[in-house]
Order: sequence, then C-alpha cells, then structure tokens
Amino acid sequence: MEVQKFIYDNKVPKLFATATIFWGAVGMLLGVIAAFQLAFPVLNFSDIMPHLSFGRLRPVHTNAVIFAFVGNGIFTAVYYSLPRLLKTSMWKRSLSLIHFWGWQLIIVLAAVTLLFGYSTGKEYAELEWPIDILITLIWVVFGLNMFGTILTRRERHMYVAVWFFIASWVTVAVLHIVNSMELPIAFNSLKSYSAYAGVQDALVQWWYGHNAVAFFLTTPYLGLMYYFLPKIANRPIYSYRLSILHFWTLIFLYIWAGPHHLLYTALPDWAQSLGTVFSVMLILPSWGGMLNGLFTLRGAWDKVKEDPLLKFLVVGVTCYGMATFEGPMLSLKNVNAISHYSDWTVAHVHIGALGWNGFLTFTMMYWLFPKFYRTELYSKKLANTHFWIGTLGILLYAIPMYWNAFKGYFMMTAFTPEGQLQYQFLEIMQTAIPFYIVRALGGTIYLVGVFIMVYNLVKTAKKGSFVPFEEAEAPALSKEYATPKGIHWHSFFERKPIILLVGSLIVISIGGLVEMIPTFLVKNNIPSIASVKPYTPLELQGRDIYVKEGCYNCHSQMIRPFRHEVVRYGEYSKAGEFVYDHPFQWGSKRTGPDLARIGGKYPNSWHFNHMLEPASMSSGSIMPAYPFMFENDLDISTTNSKIHAMRNLGVPYPKGYEAIANEDLEKQAKEIAENLKNDKINVSEKKEIIALIAYLQRLGTDINK
Amino acid sequence: MKFSNYLTTIEGVSIYPIISLSLFVVFILLVFLYVLKMGKQEVEHDRNLPFDESISTKNL
Repeated sequence: MEVQKFIYDNKVPKLFATATIFWGAVGMLLGVIAAFQLAFPVLNFSDIMPHLSFGRLRPVHTNAVIFAFVGNGIFTAVYYSLPRLLKTSMWKRSLSLIHFWGWQLIIVLAAVTLLFGYSTGKEYAELEWPIDILITLIWVVFGLNMFGTILTRRERHMYVAVWFFIASWVTVAVLHIVNSMELPIAFNSLKSYSAYAGVQDALVQWWYGHNAVAFFLTTPYLGLMYYFLPKIANRPIYSYRLSILHFWTLIFLYIWAGPHHLLYTALPDWAQSLGTVFSVMLILPSWGGMLNGLFTLRGAWDKVKEDPLLKFLVVGVTCYGMATFEGPMLSLKNVNAISHYSDWTVAHVHIGALGWNGFLTFTMMYWLFPKFYRTELYSKKLANTHFWIGTLGILLYAIPMYWNAFKGYFMMTAFTPEGQLQYQFLEIMQTAIPFYIVRALGGTIYLVGVFIMVYNLVKTAKKGSFVPFEEAEAPALSKEYATPKGIHWHSFFERKPIILLVGSLIVISIGGLVEMIPTFLVKNNIPSIASVKPYTPLELQGRDIYVKEGCYNCHSQMIRPFRHEVVRYGEYSKAGEFVYDHPFQWGSKRTGPDLARIGGKYPNSWHFNHMLEPASMSSGSIMPAYPFMFENDLDISTTNSKIHAMRNLGVPYPKGYEAIANEDLEKQAKEIAENLKNDKINVSEKKEIIALIAYLQRLGTDINK
Repeated sequence: MKFSNYLTTIEGVSIYPIISLSLFVVFILLVFLYVLKMGKQEVEHDRNLPFDESISTKNL
C-alpha cells in the first residue's frame, strides 16, 4: 500500500497552549479579587467606578475560567492529539487560525461587555446576543476543521478520546443554541431578553448550566485524560472496554441531570425526581472513568513518587472522582436542602475546576512544552513545588467553604424555644468573613503555583528550540474495506464518525427533550396566578439594572418551602409568579438574603440609603455600594423597544402601549420621588435608583393583591 | 396549589420517567453486551493507538 507523508503542526497547539496559560492566570486572578471583595467590600472600588463590583466581576471570572482557560485547554488537546491519533494533518490550517483568533476575540469581547454591564443575566451564559452568534460561528469552524480531519484520516479506528471530542462538540453546540434563544430589543442594541420565562427559563438554563459542566469541563477533559495519561505513564489505558462503557453511559446520563440544580424550587416534582435519579446513576460511569485512569498507573506507583506530572494526574483524577461522588450526593433532596444557595456548591465546583481541570491542564503543559521545544523540562523540582502549592491551595480553598456551608445551615435553621429565628441574616453572614479570607488565601496560593509553572515553561522554551512541524508517514486508508471476521457491530461506529456524531446527538437529545417538552406544554396550562401582572415600564427598567449589576450573583429570588425560609423571607415561591420574567432571576447562591418577597418590606427611603451606603442600613453588610445609580439618569429612550420586545415574547402589554409607556414610567417615578421627599430625601425622579427601587418594591407582592 | 398539579392536564405524563429509564437500561445493556463480545485483538489495537504516531525520523 502507498505510504503517504504528512506533517503534524505544533504551531497551532502551541498558540492554544499559550492562550490557555495566559487566560488561566487572568481568570484565576479575577477569582482571587472577587474572593477578597467578599471579605473586604472596599475592594469593589464602587466610589471610583461601577465596572469592578462583585456582580460584574464574578461573571468575568467564571466565564474566563470556563471558556477561556478550559476552552483553550480543550483546543490545545484536540489540535495536538487529533492529528496524531488519526495519522493525518489538521484539515485546514486557515480554519485552525480562524478558530484560534476568533476564540480569543470572543474572550476579549466577553470580558469588556461584561465589565460594562452587558449581561443576559443567565449564569455562565451571560454573554449578549452578538457574541452568542460569534461563538456559534467559531464553533462551526472548529467542528468543520475537526470533522474534515476525521474524514481525511489514515487510521480507520477512532480512539475513545476522539469520541469524547465529537460528543462534546455536538452537545455544546446544542446547549449553546437552545439556551441562547433571546430577542434583541433592537438591532443597534446589545440588550436582549431570554425567549423563555420563569420556570421554563430556569429549566433550560440549568439543563445548559449543568451540561456546560458536563460537556465543556468534563467530557473533553476525559478525552484529554484518555490521550495524555497513557502517554505520560507510558502504558496503555487500563481497560479499553471500560472506556467505551464510560463514554456511552456518561453522555446518556449527564444530559438528564440538570434539574438537580432546582430541587425544592417551583419546578415540577417529577422533573426534580428525574434529575435526582439520573444524577445518582452518574456515579457509575464517572467512577468507572476515574478508576480506569488510576488503574492505568498500576505498577507505576513507584514512578508517581518521582514524577511530578504523575502526581498532578493522580490528584487531578482523584478530584474528578471526589467531585463526581459529591455531585450525586448533592442531588439528593435532603442533602441539597443544606447545600443549595450555600458555599458548599462553590467548594464543589472548585474541587472540579482547580483539581480536575486545573491539574490536568498543568500536566498537559508540562508534557507538551518540552515536546514543542524538543528538550527536557527546565526544573522537575519547581514542578514538584507547584504540585504541593497547588494541592495546598485547593485544600485551603475548599475546607473553609465546606465548613462555612454547614455552619451557615445550622445558623439559618436555628429557632429559639419561643419559635423565633435565632440568628439574623447579617449575623450569619458576618461569621462567614473569616472563612472567606482563608478561601481567598487558598486561591492566591494556587495562583502563585501557576506563576511558578509559567516561569518553568518559559525557561524550558529558552532551553530548547521550537519544532514547528513534525514529519510523519502512514499508508492511506483503502476505499474498499471488508469487515474482518469476528469484528463486532460497534466497530461500525468507530469507523463512521458521522454516524457516531448522529448517534451521540440522538442520545443527548432524548434526555433534553423528555425533560423539557412536558414543561413547555405546561405553559399553556399554567393558570397563571390571576393577580400576577406584567412589570410596569419603570419596574422593567429597574429590573434591567438589577440584571446589569449582576445582583443574581449574590441574591436569590426563590423561597423554598422550608419553615426557616418561610419565616425568614416570606411565603414560598410559586411557579405562576414568574411567567413574565425574561430572564428568570432565581439565582443560585445566597451571599445576601433572598429577595423574592422584598417588595413592601421596607420603605423606599430604606432602599435609597441602602443602595448608596449598604452598611448604613445593615451594619456590617458586605454589599458593594452603587453611588453611580444616584448620578446616572435612566435611559428611557429604550422603553418603547423593551415593551415591544416583551410583548413579542408573550407578555400581555396592550397593543400600542409602547408609545405611551414612558408617560406611565414618569408618573410612577414622580410618585417614588415624592414619597422619598416625605422622608427628607431630595432626588430627581430621573435617576436610575428610582427605577431600581420601583422594581425591588414590586418583587413578590402580586400574590397578595 | 403545587405546580405539579397542573401537569395532570397532560395525559399520561408519568410515562416520561418510565420511558427514560427503560431507554437507558436497554441502551446500556446493548453497550455492555458489545463490550463483552469485543475481540481481544481489536481491543489491543485500539488501546495502543496513542502510541503510534508514525513520526519520521527527520523533521522538516
């Protein structure tokens, strides 16, 4: 058979690797700043500018770590391993470069728009519509390049890592498109509203959110593990059979598990139970995968002592095992009752992000850079130091968060013998601060480890010389292929990438569809609570400010049916209350108290003073101040298009209302300003704060009408 | 009233979880069966794929 020559390009994987490290450092630094902000609110720099307050910074941190750090990490792994596993070059170098620069452009646009307050208000999907479209385009470029490579391969069988890459690609595409359905208020505006509302929006969002963890942070990294772990340990994967089982069970089960983020909320019970059952079953494939990784190192444990890369791998894979044991446990309703809205969730995701994604990425970098530069790693000792510092960082991060979660739960649920809540929210929050400080130090230490790695890799690069291309040769695939005797039907999948793609798509679609269709059908059947009415124009503008400032990062709007929550916050939340909420703002973390029934609880003047100087109303509060809301005039030129967009999404504003909406807006603003005057506060009714007060005072009041 | 009560208006909604569980069980049994019956030679070939890069001795 004819032997063909081809090249492996190292330039593109090196570009992605460099971007991974760069954005990793940036994303983690932002995380450290955000962590310190929770202990020292002065670090929000609210008096100087609005851009760095926690509500805007935290989404930049999460998006940077997920999509910039891990995203570039995935692409590094794909662009390095795919050609080598398939014995071919990447399909088109031009597409590789468009992919690379396109993705970096997305990251920069994301960071800038988020800091300037352009946010859809849906966690990990905060980016506004033009960026969503750009992501879709670049993702298609990536897919074309990947499938072009697969279709022009010289190795008939696709190794299991390639399946993980394919399934990840197709699922992320589906998740991104479905969850990003949003209606721009105008084509010359970055602002959009989610196409879904309330319960539906929550279900779609957490189906997305959970599977972003699954198919962005997990499955591509499993592909990475299945390729790099055997290479580094220099022995094939422990059980290839187990890896096949791992693949199919994992992608089948993961997609169902989203509703476990919404236990005890207003989501239908059956959907919650479905989420729990599938989440518990997820332990099996996840642990199958973890054990497969760890068993590959059997007989090489003596090497683990010597080799820092293997140490990183062992701890990284173990963190995967811990997080995937913890995940199903958190999906049990009785455990979730404790963990939801608490720092437990934060600890859980950081075991995954710092341990699994972080450590696997570092291992890959320590292995790739010497290969790129055809040399040895500059210092094994420094890599060892990095390993120990990183591990210490993870522990110092996670332990205080777990501790604080339990402490918080016991305090939140404590009643006096007379039946009163024993602790006020502020008291509980105050006791969290020392834990937040230790957590922030843990993050800082972890980041120091990253800088040690950067130094080590730069020194490594200087030691060697870059190998841009590696020449390879392999026989072409013959067109006529006779299935050898005794080969089983599944090998058909392994040889047919498009069928594998479609197969994966079907498997992941079943879960999504079964879960969502009934809930969407319900929409027509929800006898929306008759007294629940659309927001007034001023309240809608105020709500957009709430979304813009990322208030949902610290405040929930969803009271669960527990005694301690109902006594603390008010009547538990009902599904029918959210039918006009595009997007929903249930939140996932309570650093501050729940706001679902804040309306009417305090006078307007309280909110006024609280937003200007939170500690003046709530002594010891860690909330940032929002002085600029008192300086900026509300932009009422958008009211018309906002009302119009909302009506297109099904909110029953009367026809033609947009034309007169601002009259109502000004009337309501005047009333609030007058009311404030009675409390000796003089403020123009045109200021943003008036709209925000209007929104906050509306929250949760409809059911009492 | 609890939200789930509204679901009674969808005929036979409780079938969804049952369908999903059965689908999963059948599917996984099939994969399991396949994995058990996989040829040893094929497994060995596949699991060694990361080690065959077909790199030529000379660089460009």
